[in-house]
Amino acid sequence: MSETKTLPDTTPDKGGPAQPLLIVRDLVKYFPVRGGILGGKKAVVQAVDGVSFEVRKGETLGIVGESGCGKSTTARLLIGLLEKDKGEIIYDGQALGSRLSLRDLRRGVQMVFQDSYASLNPRLTIEASIAFGARVQGLSDPVGRARKLMDRVGLAPERFAQRYPHEVSGGQRQRINIARALAMSPRLVVLDEAVSALDKSVEAQVLNLLSDLRREFGLTYIFISHDLNVVRYISDRILVMYLGEVVEIAPVDQIWTSQAHPYTRSLFSAMPSMDPDNRTKEPPLAGDPPNPINPPSGCRFHTRCRFAESVCKARVPALKPLTAGSEHLAACHLHDLGSGHSKAGKEMLP
Amino acid sequence: MAALDTQLVEDPVSEAGKGYWSGVGARLIRDPVTMICLGVVLLLILSAIFAPYLGLADPYKGSMVKRLAPIGTEGNILGTDEQGRDMLARLIYGGRLTLFIGLTPVVLAFFIGGTLGIVAGYAGGWVNTVIMRTVDVFFAFPSVLLAIAISGALGAGIVNSLVSLTIVFIPPITRVAEAVTSGVRALEYIDAARASGANTLTVIRVHVIGNVLSPIFVYATSLTSVCMILAAGLSFLGIGVRPPEPEWGLMLNTLRSAIYVNPWLSALPGVMIFITSLCLNLLSDGVRSAMNVRD
Repeated sequence: MSETKTLPDTTPDKGGPAQPLLIVRDLVKYFPVRGGILGGKKAVVQAVDGVSFEVRKGETLGIVGESGCGKSTTARLLIGLLEKDKGEIIYDGQALGSRLSLRDLRRGVQMVFQDSYASLNPRLTIEASIAFGARVQGLSDPVGRARKLMDRVGLAPERFAQRYPHEVSGGQRQRINIARALAMSPRLVVLDEAVSALDKSVEAQVLNLLSDLRREFGLTYIFISHDLNVVRYISDRILVMYLGEVVEIAPVDQIWTSQAHPYTRSLFSAMPSMDPDNRTKEPPLAGDPPNPINPPSGCRFHTRCRFAESVCKARVPALKPLTAGSEHLAACHLHDLGSGHSKAGKEMLP
Repeated sequence: MAALDTQLVEDPVSEAGKGYWSGVGARLIRDPVTMICLGVVLLLILSAIFAPYLGLADPYKGSMVKRLAPIGTEGNILGTDEQGRDMLARLIYGGRLTLFIGLTPVVLAFFIGGTLGIVAGYAGGWVNTVIMRTVDVFFAFPSVLLAIAISGALGAGIVNSLVSLTIVFIPPITRVAEAVTSGVRALEYIDAARASGANTLTVIRVHVIGNVLSPIFVYATSLTSVCMILAAGLSFLGIGVRPPEPEWGLMLNTLRSAIYVNPWLSALPGVMIFITSLCLNLLSDGVRSAMNVRD
């Protein structure tokens, strides 16, 4: 492979290729629920509770899970739109809050939102929207940069620069949002359901554009979606969340062939099968996820898990490699030989 | 990339190279109703400013002989009032005070209330609570009563009635501004702007103000007619403009007693107020739709 190009004015790499671009440790975010006459704190929603993961340089980490599992909250914490309660966010070796300011973090990490229309100011032209970030970051020639990026994402600047967001289609708007995120020359782009609102043909175009951009500019992605096929297509590794916790992390081909956590299994088996000879045999998950205001004790999945035993109610399973040194991590007592679960270490039968 | 190129071809050519405000201007010029209203308002303002140079009769000089002359009398085209003063001169001179008292408090309240509302709506939390609960206190009083109370406490005079009317109009404008701003605040483009590293002032200046200004502006212009009528009410009670100053509201009140003698004459100041507020309202509607790029 030839030397990787980067976007102009990208902040220089600090830790070398082995240093993960982003390390998240024990990230916690609780939302207070206020009520009563005096507006006192009545309860807390445990939106993100002890999430830890790493994102390597140049990879795409897919994050999947049901709605309300804390995917978007995690994304917003990562770019500082929400303030974390606890935990560490370490970007290229520098921890947010100590050696890294929020402003510098936002220089390196950008986000593309789901709603392509709501995420563009209706009163700014497309060119002005894209140039805004580069301008406030004090980068050189924000307008020229915006026009180059428009060209790169497939929108001819001479036709689109002076248009308003309502004058272009949904797919084009999402291209604008991608260009807007890239205008600040980030190294990590958080894509929060960025293609979910597009129809399938446009979705494929935008996904291909994202892959091309990643290769061309040496970008790293965190790709949040509820669509497993899309995540499989674009990701190198997949992280599964349930009720504010990470239940499994694995390289995409490993998790596709064998899911370690019972929740991941149900999630994958809920995907319609394309092959009539290979129908889904796993019974679907019953009911809604429990209320994150008062999540279940121990393993949060035990209320819906077919393998639940008393140990699952009593103790929180740790996120551990399946075998020593494995890249496949799961938080389940079934895979922990010392957990006391009667089926620990045995083959999970459907 | 072939798929991309075919997508581009289908799009109509955009009007390139035009700024936002020149687009607003172009849309305004194409709107005949708004342009007529603009003309009327400009005519009223210009005639009020240049009243001394229009060769009108002295608006203060009365005549005991020519009292309540009907419309069309020679020398007094629009007749005379209850003290024999020329109505045309008094209506045009009256425009000076009326427009001044009608517009100034609304303009002041627009800036003060708009700022308070945008701050409350954007900041949220305790800042919002402090500002909005304070504003709620003023809503407990009917606006007329509040104007009379503040004016009465400050004493008679034009400046004091301007102050009291400004205070009356700040709360409703603040409330509208707060509602619109907190709606815009929740949209993702504000998040995107914050995520780009812009500070709060820049985000408000670039992304909030443009999107909240037109509803606040339209609401404020709709208050000018109310303001003129309130000012007239204050004058009637002797705590606003005092006779013999010509002012439409005051004239309406003093000519009220002549309504059985010469009803058309008594209605003239009311007609002026009606035309002015109608034109201001239509003008603000026109400006709003011209500012709305989505239509």
